[in-house]
Amino acid sequence: MLEYLEAIFSVAVLASGIRLATPYLLAGLGETVGQRSGVLNLGVDGVMQLSAFFAYWTVLVHENLWLGIGVSVLVGLVMGIIYAIVTVFFEAQQGISGIGIFLFGLGFSDLMFQKNVGTPRFVKSLPDVRIPVLSDLPVLGEALFSHSVVIYGAFLLVPAVAWLLRKTTFGMNVRAVGENPQAADSLGVSAQRTRFIAILIGNVLAGLAGGALVLQLGVFQPNLTQGLGFIAVALVYFGAWRPSGVMVGALLYGLVAASVLQLKALQLIPRSYSDIAAMAPAVLTIAALVILAGRVKAPAALTRPFARH
Amino acid sequence: MATNTGEVMLEMRNITKRFPGVLANDSVNFDVRAGEVHTLLGENGAGKSTLMKVLFGLYQPEEGEILLNGTPTKITSPTHAINQRIGMIHQHFMLVPTLTVAENVALGLKSGRRPLTDLKAVARGIADISDEYGLAVDPNVDIWRLSVGERQRVEIIKALYRKAELLVLDEPTAVLTPQEVDELFAILRDMRNSGKGLVFISHKLHEVMALSDRITVLRNGKVTGATTPAESDRSKLASMMVGREVKLAPDKPLVEIGKPRLTISNLSVDGDRGAVAVDGVDLEIRAGEILGIAGVSGNGQRELAEAIAGLRSVKSGSTISIDGKDVAGMDTRDRRNAGLSYVPEERMRDGAIGDFTVAENLILVDHGSDEFSARGMFKFAEIETHCSQLVSDYAVKTPSLETPTSSLSGGNIQKIILARELANEPSVMIASQPTRGVDIGAAEYIHSRLVDARDRGMATMVISEDLDEVLGLADRIAVLCDGKVMDIVPVEGATKEQLGLLMAGVKS
Ligand SMILES: Nc1ncnc2c1ncn2[C@@H]1O[C@H](COP(=O)(O)OP(=O)(O)O)[C@@H](O)[C@H]1O
Ligand SMILES: [Mg+2]
Repeated sequence: MLEYLEAIFSVAVLASGIRLATPYLLAGLGETVGQRSGVLNLGVDGVMQLSAFFAYWTVLVHENLWLGIGVSVLVGLVMGIIYAIVTVFFEAQQGISGIGIFLFGLGFSDLMFQKNVGTPRFVKSLPDVRIPVLSDLPVLGEALFSHSVVIYGAFLLVPAVAWLLRKTTFGMNVRAVGENPQAADSLGVSAQRTRFIAILIGNVLAGLAGGALVLQLGVFQPNLTQGLGFIAVALVYFGAWRPSGVMVGALLYGLVAASVLQLKALQLIPRSYSDIAAMAPAVLTIAALVILAGRVKAPAALTRPFARH
Repeated sequence: MATNTGEVMLEMRNITKRFPGVLANDSVNFDVRAGEVHTLLGENGAGKSTLMKVLFGLYQPEEGEILLNGTPTKITSPTHAINQRIGMIHQHFMLVPTLTVAENVALGLKSGRRPLTDLKAVARGIADISDEYGLAVDPNVDIWRLSVGERQRVEIIKALYRKAELLVLDEPTAVLTPQEVDELFAILRDMRNSGKGLVFISHKLHEVMALSDRITVLRNGKVTGATTPAESDRSKLASMMVGREVKLAPDKPLVEIGKPRLTISNLSVDGDRGAVAVDGVDLEIRAGEILGIAGVSGNGQRELAEAIAGLRSVKSGSTISIDGKDVAGMDTRDRRNAGLSYVPEERMRDGAIGDFTVAENLILVDHGSDEFSARGMFKFAEIETHCSQLVSDYAVKTPSLETPTSSLSGGNIQKIILARELANEPSVMIASQPTRGVDIGAAEYIHSRLVDARDRGMATMVISEDLDEVLGLADRIAVLCDGKVMDIVPVEGATKEQLGLLMAGVKS
């Protein structure tokens, strides 16, 4: 028993948990902004696949990591514009159009990969940046302060998104439009415009999540995300539509996943059980969602298109 | 009343607005002066809200023009209207429940600290307005924590914060308690005296008489009269609204009071949150008698009705009997068989099924009886005869028996429920808020039907928050306060003041 605990509560697990949590965190923060404005985006996973592929391909060709990250953001932006036009102006059913985006991302990234790359080849992955002084702190210093810039950025986005939602007029408009778009409209706050921008923010972060994922691994393969984007959507519910809550969920998910990996690596989990163990993070998330269900209210206008009739 | 009425602020000339199949406003003229309350009176669907939405830039009229302070102005959007110093308090509140009062007020306004919000400055502005008009409200609480009356104050503050000079209030009293109405009227009078122009929309006659300086009556989209409270009275207003003579209080012939039909003793019932809602109530209603239950809403009326109807369990020691038979332990069907019928307060939740047709709702309770079905099959011919008869007896305005009930007006739905509930000649009827939100014409009809049934010997309990209704219908009035019967008084000699004191829990 003790050896299990030692394996789980190790600095290595903490460090890799943080790394694994990052794509969930980025995508979850983006989805939080979108949902607070009343738009559910189930296409996150598809956007991540697409941006992951294009970021990977860019780095493969140009060998420039920052260009790769930039491309992932751009892919998110383009997909965001498409999704925003479909849901905001054509008032499409959000559940269905999101699934459309997901299927498109899954299929198109696969197609592009087969056509342009074929066999997976490794590229450079994002380098770790040791933060002076802090990373030299005993015990946790190494685990917390020796990561890539994207990981630091993702965690800094948590207070930033909270600030955006709480303190800015744009954030206030987002919250109003997600709750009662008629009221916002009656005061001259355009529900369409606010949602459009919120969707763009959400998709840009989903794109970045895809870029972070692939450039941490250094290699792309079809269906790279394996549904990670859907977990990110679930984490928004788990986190009660708050950036800090989403961060807790993402970290929990990342740490459980890292622990399972560690136990497998140390062969503390028998081979035959390893597939079941790999499901642990998902099971845990579902359990947490069930326990938390009904405790907090979703934005009242979530999934409801708005138009002045 | 009209003291210092000033300049004409608003003139709407020959406004015509059509919706598919409906002429909602037909060449309507309407104007407002500074320092007056101009009331728009009309039945549901008369076109009052439409006219005001045209003013607020939510609809564009097909014909007509709007003059603001003498200048022809095309109002293109709510923002445009707000910039023209027009404020509107919509029939359904336009508030974001999860935002604070200050955030709701600040929405859509330029912040002095862009891109950040400047809620402190907004809170100061709110405090100034609160002081000036006595609109007390804490700027930092979330809207969902506020009572309905407080929410309405926030709506008024929102308009005043935007420097509204012309304020439209669309049925502002529909959701308020009588006390809140009094408070609102005091605020509105202050605003009028400070020179603002107010448009007050209502179909409640005593409120219109109490508050207005001028009254314009709309019917079917047309102006049918303009008057003042001094030149008019409630029944004149009612006939202008409805287009014919209306009896506001039903004629009640003297009938002989018979034996007790509904006897309730020591009835105690828990409310939704567990606290005692009805506390040791004793009541008796005899054949040929209407007992009115008065009280401020939430003092146990709903629980009392539901307990008698069998929808809510009673505490031990309570007895309810109908024609001498104890029904306290029975389920709803057995109670109905014992002679009880029930017109619930929430008519679309408990009284009728919106998606069902008119005919289906008319036979809802008895659809399994031998009269309407045989061996599990409906007898359509019998059902149709029965329902057509009821629809014509009760003057239900419906395109057909197959029309979905939810597409009818509140008054017609209520007539359907009443028709069904009275069809079996019940011995006891519990009618909860029988005419709430119902047009005057339909209310008059419902009242006369209840009185007819009383004359035939039914024992009736009418629960209502409308004191005019209670005074017009009842033979005796029981006042509920905090789940207890404060007193039971005969209607002869009862006054609103006396009942108001009892409702507030003051025993003389
Ligand atoms: N947006 C709309 N579309 C179609 N018909 C409408 C619309 N709004 C109102 N109406 C119709 O116009 C008429 C007037 O409605 P309204 O102005 O809301 O009446 P009021 O406020 O006097 O009760 C009604 O017959 C109503 O059904
Ligand atoms: Mg209206």
